[in-house]
Amino acid sequence: MSIDAEQVRRIAHLARIGLAADEAQRYIGDLESILGMVERMRAVPTDGVVPLPHPIDVGQRLRPDVVTEQDERELFQTDAPAVADGFYLVPRVVE
Amino acid sequence: MSGWETVIGLEVHVQLATASKIFSGAPNRFGAEPNRQASAVDLGLPGVLPVLNEAVVEMALRFGLAVEAQIAPVTQFARKNYFYPDLPKGYQISQLDHPIIGPGRLEIVVPTAAGDETRTIGITRAHLEEDAGKSIHDQLPGLTAVDLNRAGTPLLEIVSEPDLRSATEAVAYLRELHAIVRDLGISDGNMNEGSMRCDANVSIRPRGTREFGTRTEIKNLNSFRFLEKAIEFEVERQIEILESGGRIIQETRLYDAERNETRSMRSKEEAEDYRYFPDPDLLPLAITPKMISAVARSMPELPRARRERLREQFGLSEYDARHVGADRATASYFEACAAAAGDAKLAANWIMGELASLLNREELEIEHAPVTAESLGTLIARIRDATISSKIAKTVFDIMVTEGDDPDAIIEARGLRQMSDSGELQRLVDEVVTANPAQVEQFRAGKTKVLGFFVGQVMKATGGKANPQQLNELLRARLEDGD
Repeated sequence: MSIDAEQVRRIAHLARIGLAADEAQRYIGDLESILGMVERMRAVPTDGVVPLPHPIDVGQRLRPDVVTEQDERELFQTDAPAVADGFYLVPRVVE
Repeated sequence: MSGWETVIGLEVHVQLATASKIFSGAPNRFGAEPNRQASAVDLGLPGVLPVLNEAVVEMALRFGLAVEAQIAPVTQFARKNYFYPDLPKGYQISQLDHPIIGPGRLEIVVPTAAGDETRTIGITRAHLEEDAGKSIHDQLPGLTAVDLNRAGTPLLEIVSEPDLRSATEAVAYLRELHAIVRDLGISDGNMNEGSMRCDANVSIRPRGTREFGTRTEIKNLNSFRFLEKAIEFEVERQIEILESGGRIIQETRLYDAERNETRSMRSKEEAEDYRYFPDPDLLPLAITPKMISAVARSMPELPRARRERLREQFGLSEYDARHVGADRATASYFEACAAAAGDAKLAANWIMGELASLLNREELEIEHAPVTAESLGTLIARIRDATISSKIAKTVFDIMVTEGDDPDAIIEARGLRQMSDSGELQRLVDEVVTANPAQVEQFRAGKTKVLGFFVGQVMKATGGKANPQQLNELLRARLEDGD
């Protein structure tokens, strides 16, 4: 399986990772070797094997529907770069 | 009829009416101050873990049973990855491959020119997910303000098959869903507050063909009316394009209610790629037969069953049953009102007439009607026992709305009781007849329409309190008798 620099840039963009010009080339090699490993695993016969959705073999526990959290807005907002009137502020984004 | 057939599928997001959020113990309430209801889990702070709310699971199962759906033996959550400021984790916890609710169906009643038509609409799936926060773009120049109170609100996304064939059917489907989620008690269905929102996938194809046309998706329709208008606009737009030799582009469009049009959202340079994968923070959830049967035992009456019951129990027409049986609150009001009135048909008429227009005018839900079902029933009973006329009843109703509730007290205090003394009425009839010889001549010459004039005169003299039937009889007897 081969990938090109354009695919690497696309994946980096989706994950919002900045790439230097020479890094794309390096990641092509890394990703191709990972995909090569996946290719080899595909050769293993898995017919009849139940997919494993999670390595821990227990079911999800449920939480009773009660309010247990206090309002901690002031505390949380001390970490925010910018707030006003209780809102978090970010550079303007419009779809 | 146009040569094009419309094909619509709806995705409906329903906010579930839990006390707390889907994965955290923060309160799930609308209208709090910004960010007062966003806990560390909702904010996606490092080191937190989501824990699934059991009420959310139960509500999804209730919905699944209501639409006769297959319920997944094991359901799993997945991460849907995208970047937006109101999604602090960088992913939304949703479901992809193993939704809790599988294929089901919903019967809808579509009003047509030829009468009501019943159609069965396929439900593809319904899955659980968390809502995102809210971004406000127009408050501060150059900045977006983010309120994360809504982040983590439980949503049930209900996806229909492309089985709907017109805007009218789409609205009927959404109305039925709305009634069901309210009856099930899983959502308040309040569309103004965003408790129920809808995306519509719309395409057209030449009538008689089977292949689907290219579809567009109209996002975020938050009222029945907008859904109808947006689909109608979009269908016309697509017909125009295809008939002028153009091609439909698969894209997401927004409905602008002020201009009544849909327009393309700026298309992203790249197609959406959410890179779903199973959320390692949440284990697969087994839905046991025991859980399902516990929910099944607590299922309330659903809209369709209720409409049938109202028809049988009260002898209502299909039309009346559909209206007073539209939702549980209206049906309860009707049942209490009919019991107090002793007349189901009259109770239905008043609820669909005077009461409905009052609620419409005041923008009130029937739960908050200023006149209780019992009082309206008593008022109707007073029409039936001839204490007041229907016309006076409307006056009493208006007073009940503005001043107070007890119709008997209002009738007494204002002396609105129908004149029961036939001697007094006879005297007034004599007076009016004697005072208007010209009209008497006209009546006797065969112009019987002047009877209305006499009725009006006597009514005026009694302040509207004469029993109309009795008055008619006395007048006719007096005029026909001669002298």
